[in-house]
Amino acid sequence: MLGTGIIKGLATTAKNFAGSFRDPRRFVTVQYPEEKAPVTEGYRNFPFLVFDAEADPMGTLRCVACRICEKECPPQCIYIVPAVDEKGKPRKHPHVFDLDISVCMSCQICVEVCPFDAIKMDQTFEIAATDRFRGLLLDKHQLARSNAHFQRIHPTEAAEVDARLAEEKRQAEEKARAAAAAKAARPPAAP
Amino acid sequence: MIPVLTAIAVVLLGAAAVAMALRNLIHCALWLVLAWSALAAFYLWAGAEFLAFAQVLIYVGAVSMVVLFAVLLTRRLPDVNPAPPPPPAGGGRILAGVAAGVLVAGVVARAGLTSPLPAAGAAPVLTTRRLGVELMGAHAGALVVAGVILTMVLIGAVVLAAPDSGDAPEGDS
Amino acid sequence: MSSTSPVDPLLERAPLLVRDWVSGLFPAPARGLADALLAIAAVILGFGLLFTLLTLVERKALGRMQNRPGPNRTGPFGLLQPIADGIKMLVKEDIVPEAADRPLHFLAPVVLVAFTLVAYAVIPYGRHLLPVDLDAAVLFFFAAGAATELAVFMAGWSSHNKYSLLAAMRALAQLISYELPLLLAVVPVVMLAGTLSTSGIVAAQGRWSFGLVPHWYACTPWGAAGLVIFLIAALAEANRSPFDLPEAESELIAGHLTEYSGFKYALFFMAEYLGMTALCAMAVTLFLGGWQAPCMFLQVVPSYVWFGVKLAAMLGLFIWIRGTLPRLRMDQLMRLAWKFLVPLALLNLGTAAFWRLSAGWEALPAQLLRWALALLLVLGPAAVIGRRLSARVGPRTYRYAAP
Repeated sequence: MLGTGIIKGLATTAKNFAGSFRDPRRFVTVQYPEEKAPVTEGYRNFPFLVFDAEADPMGTLRCVACRICEKECPPQCIYIVPAVDEKGKPRKHPHVFDLDISVCMSCQICVEVCPFDAIKMDQTFEIAATDRFRGLLLDKHQLARSNAHFQRIHPTEAAEVDARLAEEKRQAEEKARAAAAAKAARPPAAP
Repeated sequence: MIPVLTAIAVVLLGAAAVAMALRNLIHCALWLVLAWSALAAFYLWAGAEFLAFAQVLIYVGAVSMVVLFAVLLTRRLPDVNPAPPPPPAGGGRILAGVAAGVLVAGVVARAGLTSPLPAAGAAPVLTTRRLGVELMGAHAGALVVAGVILTMVLIGAVVLAAPDSGDAPEGDS
Repeated sequence: MSSTSPVDPLLERAPLLVRDWVSGLFPAPARGLADALLAIAAVILGFGLLFTLLTLVERKALGRMQNRPGPNRTGPFGLLQPIADGIKMLVKEDIVPEAADRPLHFLAPVVLVAFTLVAYAVIPYGRHLLPVDLDAAVLFFFAAGAATELAVFMAGWSSHNKYSLLAAMRALAQLISYELPLLLAVVPVVMLAGTLSTSGIVAAQGRWSFGLVPHWYACTPWGAAGLVIFLIAALAEANRSPFDLPEAESELIAGHLTEYSGFKYALFFMAEYLGMTALCAMAVTLFLGGWQAPCMFLQVVPSYVWFGVKLAAMLGLFIWIRGTLPRLRMDQLMRLAWKFLVPLALLNLGTAAFWRLSAGWEALPAQLLRWALALLLVLGPAAVIGRRLSARVGPRTYRYAAP
């Protein structure tokens, strides 16, 4: 009959209205900033540099300044200057690692191509700055986060990376031990 | 009372004169609306409340819509074409205007001077109820005739607006 | 049946005492003027405050109907939100298009608000709280409403914007189409009350059966139907959902209001809410007994409180409907007015005439027959016409959508 649909609709909204007082969990609104919407593991925002030891962040950065990510970045938002010692020989860490997050498009290509698992995607989104240019150009100190942070935000990926790195380290140690043992087992060289 | 009547008359006649003098048709229509509102004020001054409100309801609320729709639907948008400029005032037009004014003034003066003034203190107080009783009683015939004319007009409008039988029928009834 | 017992306690006369005290501060010749100005100030301040509160209540209520909290950041429970809105509107730049008709562009919101406010003069807010007691009050109210339609056209035309003009024409078509059911729904009330004056209509509803059942017109079959028709037409006259096509955002931005910004837009907004409140107040006056109490013994509560309660109920109903129903398309809207509401309103007139003529049927079987016949006369045509109109409309089926 004409009008029954309207009555049913009115009943539904009335139920919603009354129910909203009894059960505030009905609200799908997340009252930011008091509450934050939960973030899933796959969420990514801008990259960060991983270091292994809390005590010496800059010294234990995994990045060796190979500059692959700089070359592969589509909008070219990474700027790397490798550290060189007095003789001009490159030391395996970056002197300057700048990432412009106003340009970065979060494509994760730098993460995919990094051979050393040195750059990973972070999840922070509350990074508003008052200066459009310098405020959004992050240097290596601002980009560095510990491995513990990485394990916290991307547990499965971090576990896989840690396992692989541990495996490689173990194999390297075994090879070193085998080489040392072989060297020790070899008869001394004839004069 | 007389100053009020003078003020209403000035507004009424002035608005009507401006409505005739302007080029932009929409502006003319809106000045005419002002004239009708002044007429409603006149009815209020004369004590005919019902008539005043009916004047506003019908003229300002409906007839103005009709006029504006008619102007808009028969002119090109967006610039409502102003009426062609009137020919310059020649001697003939001035003479005609003066003659018309003298004739109208003569008729009004004769009527005003020859009809008896109403006795002082006998101002009729017409309630809406009495008005309704009169309309439905002594003047019922006129009311019915007016209703019939309006119905004919409405049917004619519907007939004019209906799609021709040759066109495709509308989707929904 | 008992008639109105003339109770006149202090609470009822309190507003009059306040008014007399304030106008007593003025010299004697100016007292009449002071009375009138006080009434005007009271109406404007009171309903202006109601308007601000209504915007907030509407947003909160709509939010809760949609499973969200509504504004709750500005002040506790968002109570300062109307002030924030007001400040925002005031500091916005007032942009007038260069080719626009400046005097008309300025006048349109002014005329709209002025005529809407003028309509508040004939509504009885309480036993002694009627600003102007006119003999043809109902006609005055609807004349003021009709004059506001002109302002809509002025707004659309003066913007010098094709789309604003088109939208103004559509809005105008909606307004004049729904004026007919609005007025036709009121005619039975006038017929049964025997007077066009609002105080007379309220007084005619001031009786109770057994002291408990009020004789409001909405408690009769034709009155209930009239109230429903009046409310639907009032929703359309006030451009409220589901008839808010003229101001919907997907319809030519804001229709005739596109070129308005800042305070003028706030005036239009205010005029819409004031118009809605005026129509609800009129519905309360005509169909729900105005300031009459529902039961005889409840007359201890002052009359203006009852008026406020009923007005709040009507406004709540409007907000509820807004939160529930989807918007009507232009042709659906016109079809509803001309093919459904106008015939039903005319038939309702006949039903009311039957009710009036059968007022002498006192015996219980005759009373039951009277009620049954009246209900049949009201519901029958509604069902028949409704079925005819929705014959080709059914639940939509989508051929290519996955089940």
